Formats: sequence, structure tokens, C-alpha cells
Amino acid sequence: MYEKMLILKFPRTNVQEPIVCNLAKNFDLTFTILNAAISPRKEGQMVLQLSGSPHNFDEGVRYLRGRGIIVSNAGEEIRRNDEKCVHCGSCTAVCPTGALSIERPEMLVVFDQEKCSICKLCVSVCPPHAMELRPAENGETQPE
Amino acid sequence: MSSHKVVKTYEEINEKIRAGSVVVVTAEEMIGIVKEHGACEAARHVDVVTTGTFAPMCSSGAFINFGHTSPTLKASKVWFNNVPAYAGLAAVDCYIGATEPCEEDPLNRVFPGEFNYGGGHVISELVAGKSVHLKATAYGTQCYPNRAMDKMVTLNDLPMAVLCNPRNGYQNYNCAVNLGNKIIYTYMGVLKSKAGNANYSTSGALSPLFNDPYYRTIGLGTKIFLGGGEGYVSWYGTQHNPGVPRTEGGIPLKPAGTLWVMGDLKQMDARWLVGVSILGYGCSLSVGLGVPIPILNEDMARYTAVSDDEIFAPIIDYGIDYPTGKAKPLGQVSYAELKSGSINWNGQVIPTVPLSSMVRAREIAQTLKSWIQSGRFLLTQPQMSLPS
Ligand code: SF4
Ligand code: SF4
Repeated sequence: MYEKMLILKFPRTNVQEPIVCNLAKNFDLTFTILNAAISPRKEGQMVLQLSGSPHNFDEGVRYLRGRGIIVSNAGEEIRRNDEKCVHCGSCTAVCPTGALSIERPEMLVVFDQEKCSICKLCVSVCPPHAMELRPAENGETQPE
Repeated sequence: MSSHKVVKTYEEINEKIRAGSVVVVTAEEMIGIVKEHGACEAARHVDVVTTGTFAPMCSSGAFINFGHTSPTLKASKVWFNNVPAYAGLAAVDCYIGATEPCEEDPLNRVFPGEFNYGGGHVISELVAGKSVHLKATAYGTQCYPNRAMDKMVTLNDLPMAVLCNPRNGYQNYNCAVNLGNKIIYTYMGVLKSKAGNANYSTSGALSPLFNDPYYRTIGLGTKIFLGGGEGYVSWYGTQHNPGVPRTEGGIPLKPAGTLWVMGDLKQMDARWLVGVSILGYGCSLSVGLGVPIPILNEDMARYTAVSDDEIFAPIIDYGIDYPTGKAKPLGQVSYAELKSGSINWNGQVIPTVPLSSMVRAREIAQTLKSWIQSGRFLLTQPQMSLPS
């Protein structure tokens, strides 16, 4: 399984085509739309999390480029939703960089984003889903 | 005649709670008090010790009566947000279990499965006041002709919802390692190969049953902190197994006693009932549980002063031994070591990973303490002791 966050920049003309649906249908890719700013007859932008087999992924991206869409890798980052974190510590089993660590003796689990390598291992390990993958703030410029 | 130097009754303690003169400390605070003043002096001074634990507790669920429809219906299949509930009860009663995954969940077909939504999440959302999709089907009878119902409901709309957990608060649990060559995904978390990490899941010195190891005060009818509200111990839990080897202080060296607990879901709080997904294993519910322990005599003072270095967990291999049903302790390790961040085993330094939240466990013990101090929570005397 291959997964990546992409920024799609749509030229003026193609916006009405069901491009993302075709992507799922024809290339067996699953997607989550994280952010979209598209309006008819204007340039548009969409942040998309795309996953599937590496081969289908490449084919899918080729299809997009073939439609005149500019595809670039989105900056992504891991953030912790502090409302959801229960400070159990389960994530420290997988975090390879020490970005998630335990402060003793309080047993508080601290997240140091500076140390995070965005390996995403904690995302599916965290039982209450407190670790979230998001487009990086600076990587996002909205069209006016 | 009692051979104790200090003797207190439940009624005397409750009198003090009503009068606002009760002395309550947490099980962690009690350690130092007994060390400094001795058990007798501590028993004279302290009336109640509070405990707490917060961790995924798979044997949890809720009985829900969802009310009659017109025309009437005798549900034979029930779903909440597409999660099946057991409906083999009276017409509109059902039980939703914490580990039930939603329909069409890919489970472990793409391994390790994520188990994003299940019964624990439904319970959590109901308690949070969210509306959930209730669906029921029926075969139809002359007294209950309706064949289906489908509507959105909130906890308020449900005539009755009772959290009923057949096994919570395990007295001791395994410390899990994986001696195999491949990473594994278990209910004890992710275990790296060749004992790459050691996972454990109790709050140690703060855990309820470590503080009353022979169940002298915890029994049927003991009022407790459950899911942010009040609940009761209603029976001994499934797999309750008191007859295991113990330390001199009475601490079991293996999983031993368990509690069957229940309480009205409508007065609970989603902060203390959290739906969880355990990678490769399934869905569950993290439950906040706290038991108040009356210091009836110096023995109870001594029991509640137990510290992490006097509590030991058996090290169990989940790579080969556990799945083949041949789990055997590969050693004992104290909670003081487990909480230090690494253990020494077989000449190897193994980093430890907690699965149970100490931060939340402490918050529970503190909350229960303040409930008792403020007079809103009285102690109840058990009607029957748990088998010991
Ligand atoms: S696993 Fe999730 S909830 Fe637990 S400490 Fe890590 S981030 Fe917090
Ligand atoms: S993404 Fe990887 S490095 Fe970052 S916190 Fe999660 S596990 Fe650690």
C-alpha cells in the first residue's frame, strides 16, 4: 500500500470533469479530500490523500497530468489532537525518533513535532486516533 | 472481638463524610503516610483511600432499551451506526458490546486492520450526546407486527441505557513481549520482534484491586467511579481467579481478581468512556474506573500503602507462547521497573510501553477524593464479598 498527500492545481477548463471519481474508478485508488477550493470557470486547487498500489498510483498521477493538472507533493505534518490524547503511551512503542516520549514520573506523553519524521506509524497505532496527518500549514496557498 | 487496634465502620466513615470531616487520600499518597507514621497511626487518621485506572477494557458494553414503536416491533436484529447489537432479549432490549466492529469493516483482511469504528465508539458517542443511527429488523408477530425501524436517536431519547461490563479492573496483568522474529499486533499493543519492547497495562499502586488484594471491602454493591459517573460492583468479573500465587503482602503474581461493574450510562461522561481502535486486533472501550477503599482497620491501611516495587507482573511471550495457549511466565518484573522506562531481562535492556494511562488514573483517584470530601459520594457496604 502506497499513500501520499498531493496538491492538484486545476487549469480553468477542466474543473467540471469528475476527475477524482475517475481516479478512484479507473485506477483503483482510494482518496480523502482534505481541502478543496474549486469554483466553475476558475482555477482550482485540491489537497488529496491518495492511496493504492504503487503502480496504480503512478498511472493515476499520469492520468491527472494528462488532463493538464499540475500535481505536486503536499507538505504534510503530524499533529496531535490534545483533546483526544489520553496519555496512555501506546504510541511510544512505534515512534522511531523519540518525538513521542514519556515524561517521568508524571507519565505524561509529550509530542515534540520538531523530532517527528512523519513516518505515520503512530497514526494507526494511537487507540483514540489522536495523531493526525495534515497538510503542512506553509505548503498551502489558497487561490484567491 | 476484633484483634485490630483501630476499628471503624462504614457508618462512622459516612457520618464523617456528611459532617465534612472525612480524611481522604489517594493510594499513591497513602504510601508515604504509612511509611512515615505506621499502619495504625495511618488507619486512625485516614478514612478512605481512592484508586483509579483508565485503559481499554474489552469486556464492556451497554444494555439499551430503545422504546416501543407504533405499530409495535420485536427486534430480532439491531444496529447502532451500523454496529450490530445483540437483540436476543425482549422486544426492544439489546446489548451492544465494545469490541463489535461495524458491518463491512475490512477487519484483518488488509493486515494489520485498523478497526476504526465499533461498539465502544457507539457508546462513547451516545455518552457525548451525539445522535446515532438506530436500525432494527424483525420477523413480525401478531402482537408485534412491525418489521423494521430506522431512526436517529440520542442517549436522551433512549428510555434506558446501562453500562454493564462483565470484566473490568483486572488485578494484575501480563507484561507482554514478543520473542518471535516478526513484529506483531496484539491486544497488548505493537510488539517488536526479539523482545524489542515490553508492554504492560495496569496503573500499579493506584489500581483498585492491588489496594484490597483479598477483597475485604470490595464486593457486591460497592459504589464506585465508573465512566465519569457513579456505578456499582455488581458481581465478581468473568475469569475472576483469586487462587493464584501471591506475595507475602497478598499481591497476586498473575492475573487474579476481576470486577463486574454497572451503572446508568446517562450520568456518565465521554471523557471517561473512550472508543478505541487497537491496530490488528479490534475495537474496544477505554473505561475510567475508581474504587474507594474504607480504612476500617490497620490491615486496610497496610494494603492500601502498597507501592510499585512490591507489585510484580509476569513476563509473557506473545510471539509464540500465548497464541499457542502455552503462556508461561518468563520472569517477574516490578511495576517500579516497568514505569522507569526499561526493564532488564535475560541480560537485555528492553524499553517498556504503558497501555494504561497513569495521568488519567491519577485524575480519577483525585476526582473520587473530591467527591467524597464534598459529601456527594457516600460509601456503601458490600452485600456479599467477592470469592477470595
Ligand atoms: S497513543 Fe495516542 S492517546 Fe495514547 S499517548 Fe500516544 S497520542 Fe496519546
Ligand atoms: S509520525 Fe513517526 S516520528 Fe512522527 S510522531 Fe508519529 S511515530 Fe513518531
